[in-house]
Amino acid sequence: MQYMLLIYGAPEAEPAYGTPEIATMMAGYGALSERMKADGTLRGGEGLQGVETATSLRIRNGKVETMDGPFATTKEHLGGYYIVDVPDLDAALKYAAMVPSALYGTVEVRPLMDYNPAGN
Amino acid sequence: MTASDAIAVTRALDAVLRQDRGRLLAALIARLRDFQLAEDALQEAAVSALSHWARVGLPSSPQGWLLRVALRKAIDRIRAGQRDGRKAADLARLAVDEADETPPEDIPDERLRLIFTCCHPALDPKSRVALTLRTIAGLTTPEIARAFLDAEPTMGQRLSRAKAKIAAARIPFAVPGPEDWPDRLQSVLAVLYLIYNAGYTTGPLADRDLCAEALFLARLLTQLRPAEAEIEGCLALLLLTQSRAGARIGPDGATLPLLEQDRDLWDKAAIAEGLALIDTAMARRAPGPYQIKAAIAACHIAVPCPDWPQIAALYTRLLDFEPTPVIRLNRAVALAEAGHLAQALTVLSDLAEALEDYQPFHAAQADLLARAGQGQAARAAYDRAIALAASPSDAAFLIKRRDNRPI
Repeated sequence: MQYMLLIYGAPEAEPAYGTPEIATMMAGYGALSERMKADGTLRGGEGLQGVETATSLRIRNGKVETMDGPFATTKEHLGGYYIVDVPDLDAALKYAAMVPSALYGTVEVRPLMDYNPAGN
Repeated sequence: MTASDAIAVTRALDAVLRQDRGRLLAALIARLRDFQLAEDALQEAAVSALSHWARVGLPSSPQGWLLRVALRKAIDRIRAGQRDGRKAADLARLAVDEADETPPEDIPDERLRLIFTCCHPALDPKSRVALTLRTIAGLTTPEIARAFLDAEPTMGQRLSRAKAKIAAARIPFAVPGPEDWPDRLQSVLAVLYLIYNAGYTTGPLADRDLCAEALFLARLLTQLRPAEAEIEGCLALLLLTQSRAGARIGPDGATLPLLEQDRDLWDKAAIAEGLALIDTAMARRAPGPYQIKAAIAACHIAVPCPDWPQIAALYTRLLDFEPTPVIRLNRAVALAEAGHLAQALTVLSDLAEALEDYQPFHAAQADLLARAGQGQAARAAYDRAIALAASPSDAAFLIKRRDNRPI
């Protein structure tokens, strides 16, 4: 079963560059990535640029509306994600608890849609 | 078939389901991995049982019969709908289980796994309570809705959503490993405590007594997982609280404080069992919040009067596990009772903001202010506590206090 770990955080709540905290955080991400690779569970994952670079789009009445900014203006932004392939939710939650940003923000765990549940 | 035969069969089926519904459901979910399918299949099997048993008589093992027929119904549903696209191998395995003539005593008891699934922290707390009552304790959706003053469709939707999430997010049907055990057990015990509290607040008005259901579940846990100190502590806490159930409301309908209760109305057997459980649990040297709370309950009923210094010390210890404003409040009350009134009032003023809407805070503050001779402030606190009271009995008690005190 594949799960996406969506990593949300408020940039100002995260450690600043050059602090010992950020070194710990980066080491934490490195360790998590290595762990998932070693377990053979990592299917993907990227970090995103800040919401100031985001553009949102929708189509209304056949017309494309393009807007500056993210979908929702909230304090905490989607900052990155992982996709893991594990047996159940508990295993996915284990990885979520290892995401260093969980200390400052929130990690949302969502199962991916399964288009072939029979597995054949 | 005569009417009396029909009634006899209905009675027999009711008795089996009341006694073993949780166990049958757990066995079905263990095989089917689908709460809704298991529930529907068991329901269908129960309907078949009525006509079949009326025709040929009760089977030697009604439980085994229901399990087998429910599995067959589930297989039919899977084949008909391929509802979850199961592989042929899965169906073949289920078919073997279905053909298996297992005597009921050999049906593995899967209820511990079921309890941990129902109380999984990925579910909303109220859904954990509802799902546990529905699947393990066997309450109906209308019964649960009434106990929590919810509309029946709302409770039905809550249960459906929880079952759908268990399936879609694949919440495991498993007893957690040692690493997760302490936290997950606390989540299970919290559900039991919530069930008990709901019963305590609403009283025996509901058609099913939730206090009794909570005690049943706690006893079941001690059987499914013996020698676990916190489970024993939880059962002890419930027993000691329940032991005073018959004495806590006075003849005038107002809640009676412990010291004014008629001790002859206390359930001595429940107290003896609770105290013995505390001793057993403590001897395991694995302290935890439920054991401490049980010990506090024991100190409250100590003869001739509550052991307040010991209660205050136990609350201090409890703060290590649960550093919450409510525990700080309880500790302050114990301190005041132990003779440290000024210290207690200082703690309370620090808690005022955090516990602004918490009725017991205002009741405690009113009492302590009155003792300290601050009549006007005490009266205001009583008024606030009365406005927030959860039951008419509690309000009646507070009104009596407010009006009878020389403040």
